[in-house]
Amino acid sequence: MLSRTADNLYWLSRYVERAEFVARILDAAHRLASLPTNYGGGETNEWASALASAGDPEVFKPLYDGINADTVSNFLAFSPQNPSSIRSCIEAARENARSVRTALTTEMWDTINGAWLELRNYEGRDLNREDFSRFLEWVKGISLTFDGSAYRTMLRNDAYWFTRLGTGLERADNTARILDVKYQILLPAHEKVGGSLDYFQWTTILREVSAFNAYHWVYRESIKPLLVADLLILNRQMPRSFANCYGMVVEHLDLIADAYGRRGASQRLASNLLARLESEDIDRIFAAGLHEFVTAFIGENNRVGAAITEQYLV
Amino acid sequence: MARVAFDEMSGLEGSPAAIREAYSQLKTWLDATPPEHFHTRRSQAELLFRRIGITFAVYGDNESTERLIPFDIIPRVLTKPEWNFLERGLKQRVTAINAFLTDIYGAQECLKAGVIPADLVYRNAHYRMEMRAFRVPHDLYVHIAGIDIVRTGENDFFVLEDNARTPSGVSYMLENREVMLRLFPDLFSRHRVAPVENYPDALLATLRSLAPTTATRDPTVVLLTPGRYNSAFYEHSFLADKLGVELVEASDLFTKDDTVYMRTTEGPRRVDVVYRRLDDDFLDPLVFRPDSVLGVPGLMNAYERGTVTLANAVGTGISDDKAVYSYMPEIVRFFTGEEPILHNVPTYRCREKDAFAYVMDHLSELVVKEVNGSGGYGMLVGPHATKREIEEFGRRLRHAPDGFIAQPTLSLSTCPTFVASGVAPRHVDLRPFVLCGADEIRIVPGGLTRVALKEGSLVVNSSQGGGTKDTWVLDG
Repeated sequence: MLSRTADNLYWLSRYVERAEFVARILDAAHRLASLPTNYGGGETNEWASALASAGDPEVFKPLYDGINADTVSNFLAFSPQNPSSIRSCIEAARENARSVRTALTTEMWDTINGAWLELRNYEGRDLNREDFSRFLEWVKGISLTFDGSAYRTMLRNDAYWFTRLGTGLERADNTARILDVKYQILLPAHEKVGGSLDYFQWTTILREVSAFNAYHWVYRESIKPLLVADLLILNRQMPRSFANCYGMVVEHLDLIADAYGRRGASQRLASNLLARLESEDIDRIFAAGLHEFVTAFIGENNRVGAAITEQYLV
Repeated sequence: MARVAFDEMSGLEGSPAAIREAYSQLKTWLDATPPEHFHTRRSQAELLFRRIGITFAVYGDNESTERLIPFDIIPRVLTKPEWNFLERGLKQRVTAINAFLTDIYGAQECLKAGVIPADLVYRNAHYRMEMRAFRVPHDLYVHIAGIDIVRTGENDFFVLEDNARTPSGVSYMLENREVMLRLFPDLFSRHRVAPVENYPDALLATLRSLAPTTATRDPTVVLLTPGRYNSAFYEHSFLADKLGVELVEASDLFTKDDTVYMRTTEGPRRVDVVYRRLDDDFLDPLVFRPDSVLGVPGLMNAYERGTVTLANAVGTGISDDKAVYSYMPEIVRFFTGEEPILHNVPTYRCREKDAFAYVMDHLSELVVKEVNGSGGYGMLVGPHATKREIEEFGRRLRHAPDGFIAQPTLSLSTCPTFVASGVAPRHVDLRPFVLCGADEIRIVPGGLTRVALKEGSLVVNSSQGGGTKDTWVLDG
């Protein structure tokens, strides 16, 4: 297939995934903000942390007066200046989809094009809290429909594999960004890393990766920071964990390599990373510094992305 | 505009409800259907088109870069004998055009015989000297033509334009039919409508037949688009999908050792036939416009070496030039030895002194067109123009008479059309698509009917507010 087509498919699915991620961050932040103060809610730092997880505070600063529910929600959902806003993601996804219409199934195109058309019904309107949460539900629905139609309608060939690669890499990056930010901002200064975090802030993290129910099924315990990190990093059952995302990346890179009869740097880097994740232990990670581990992972994930681009997409 | 137009449903106006045979079923249906029903169906059609993503960009329209071409839900109907006549005429015309191009880029017999003035060819912006250096594969230049035909009476059809460069609109022909089949299945059960859905197969067969002799038996065909900001991008991606070929942009192609390759995830792959939807000027920055970022450096060298076929060939613009158009009857006679089956609209060449004087005296009755214009831009429709517009145009004309031709205002036929006031006659034209392969000429029955939605308007171009209709050729 054309390198440019593969590139468009890869970015199309990355943007769809990112739109859903931003919607989850906003949803969780609204939920946390609505809690009474002594449960961890109502402080401004959930908006600062939402901003840091899902956007670039440097882009935000000159555009808005202060960090609060309204400004951050607007910036993350609708700002055309924010390249990762839900609106920008949907537009970028549609632009990519439009140039590879021939590689998409009708169902996938309908999902993206339909989302792009419907976006206008939300933009520029004064949305109340209820409208806004309906909007976030709608965004999550887009990625579900998109993934579902890709899964149900695409031929199992390189076009499908590049689509899944985009999803895997973006998802890994998103989970890592949550962990990265929550450690820097949510952890009160007097507590050491790995110490007790507020229950509601940990549950917020779980909601951000849609793992609130999953946690109990996996650990059958009350929420503990160590286990939350284990779930998000090492647990292969958890769809958004580093380990599972990398399982997915490696699987699809291998399928591509088999079909093309050649392995390259991206396969080597990705399978090394997966092997390291599989041999890791959450206590060791905490001992060595969770933040350092997460930062290193973000860097490795970017290197895999660059190798994929180099090898296939240009 | 006092002249009465021929209505394809009810014949000449004034005749007492003499519904033409082809439309008898349709007329019954129109009479029996309540207007609300049309409204519902029309909005359903619009929704379908939006969902599929059929949009086109209108240059100079700031409001939105993507707009739907209005679709009229009442089909236009042609009978089998009418179509057979058109088909014969189209084949003759395209055959003559290809022979003409082979000649002016080769032996130039028609110039020697004085069929057409030599300076009209040599001084023409669309004449490509580069093409004199070699023969194109199979001696075919125009592989895909969209020939615009207008009707003025029961048996009077005229060719308005020979679009021999990169004609567009065929996706609308195909999608209009799909939408009609979905919305009005009952109508199709009452008519035997010849299918058009085999157009992509015919196009692919045509393109494959054109592959250079050095290609493998399974030649690689690609469709070259200027990109997604082009007004016809939807059509490009639609066709590539239906053909099952890669939709490439210039950056996807490169040349090496006078051979064209595309960049794929598995490395370079050789390309044999390029169905290009990009104008000559932009094809190769090394030969044509050096500032073109839409082109492929080295493409012309590969073309000259015969390792790749371009469809259509470079330099075909000379044959659909409006000044050359006026010589088409002579060209058809010279190259086929037959009388032209399809007539030309009588044309005054402003480059000729007498014609120019006549045109200047009759501006208010004539349609004056720029020789190099297209899409309905830069033309004067005399009977519809204000006095000031006529004066202004007269000044432009006096300044450069060579650049213009003039034609009498034809009273284009009308077809019943669903408009705000209900069902009313509106003027139409027809663009059938002619495919000219190394093996045979293929034409799917029908084409794109364009309709001027404004009452009395004769301008059917989509860029000027025209719409489209499904075109039915009744088969038995």
